[in-house]
Amino acid sequence: MLAANFLLLAAVIFCIGVYGVIARRNAVLVLMSIELILNAVNLNLVAFALMNGTTDGQVFALFVIAIAAAEVGVGLAMVLMIYRNRQSISLDGLSEMKG
Amino acid sequence: MSAIVAVGDVNVAQNVGFGVIALMMIVAAVRVVSTNDVVHAALWLVLVLAGVAAQYILAAAEFVAVSQVLVYIGAVMVLFLFGIMLTRAQIGGDRDVNNPTWALGIPVAVLLFGVLAWSVLDGVDELPGVNDSVIVDRGPAPTEQLSDNFIGPYLVPFLALSFVLLAAAIGAIVLARKD
Repeated sequence: MLAANFLLLAAVIFCIGVYGVIARRNAVLVLMSIELILNAVNLNLVAFALMNGTTDGQVFALFVIAIAAAEVGVGLAMVLMIYRNRQSISLDGLSEMKG
Repeated sequence: MSAIVAVGDVNVAQNVGFGVIALMMIVAAVRVVSTNDVVHAALWLVLVLAGVAAQYILAAAEFVAVSQVLVYIGAVMVLFLFGIMLTRAQIGGDRDVNNPTWALGIPVAVLLFGVLAWSVLDGVDELPGVNDSVIVDRGPAPTEQLSDNFIGPYLVPFLALSFVLLAAAIGAIVLARKD
């Protein structure tokens, strides 16, 4: 049942990440919670590769790692821009795009 | 890989290792979303990412584990620490890192975990290879198969990914530039 254990661990990490995205106001902390979610998904993909006996899941995990790196780069650049414009990175104060 | 092939029915060392690392990861992940110090959250996140890399090694995915260490613990964490420094977070704790409605996240996370755990435990018997309590030795290193996959059937997504990375790098520079 080792592979099922991987899936359960990934579910726990995923839910902790979802809690972080909902509960946090600081933009950097929200990005960290998103990293938790992405890592949980990666753990799932590697566990599926282990179950199937192929490396396709590992290929997808590597794709997700690369996309996550790009996402963090762009996300932190946006956080820096928000900080320069508002002197704060609280996400609940961002209402400029409200119609 | 052949080092972790089990002798008997259940590989005890593998399961104990999994449990210890999993416990460490869960505690560290909870600290990431509960601590009030942004720098501490980043350092706890390092522990989670290292635990994920260790789990990859247990799942016989060495190349992914090495990539995890290089990309996440190496590059992404440096980005995070620079982001924390440049936004001048309060070192030593900040009072308003949480939303006023932060408690809403707890029932959402618990419900979501309930659904996920139920679906995993319900459908787990139909998954292939899930009753193998041990990792069987599958011959040559999977890194060789990985490279064959990247150059073979996944070549087009691989090239597209390089364009995504290029666009992300240029976009990050444009966004963060002072003008």
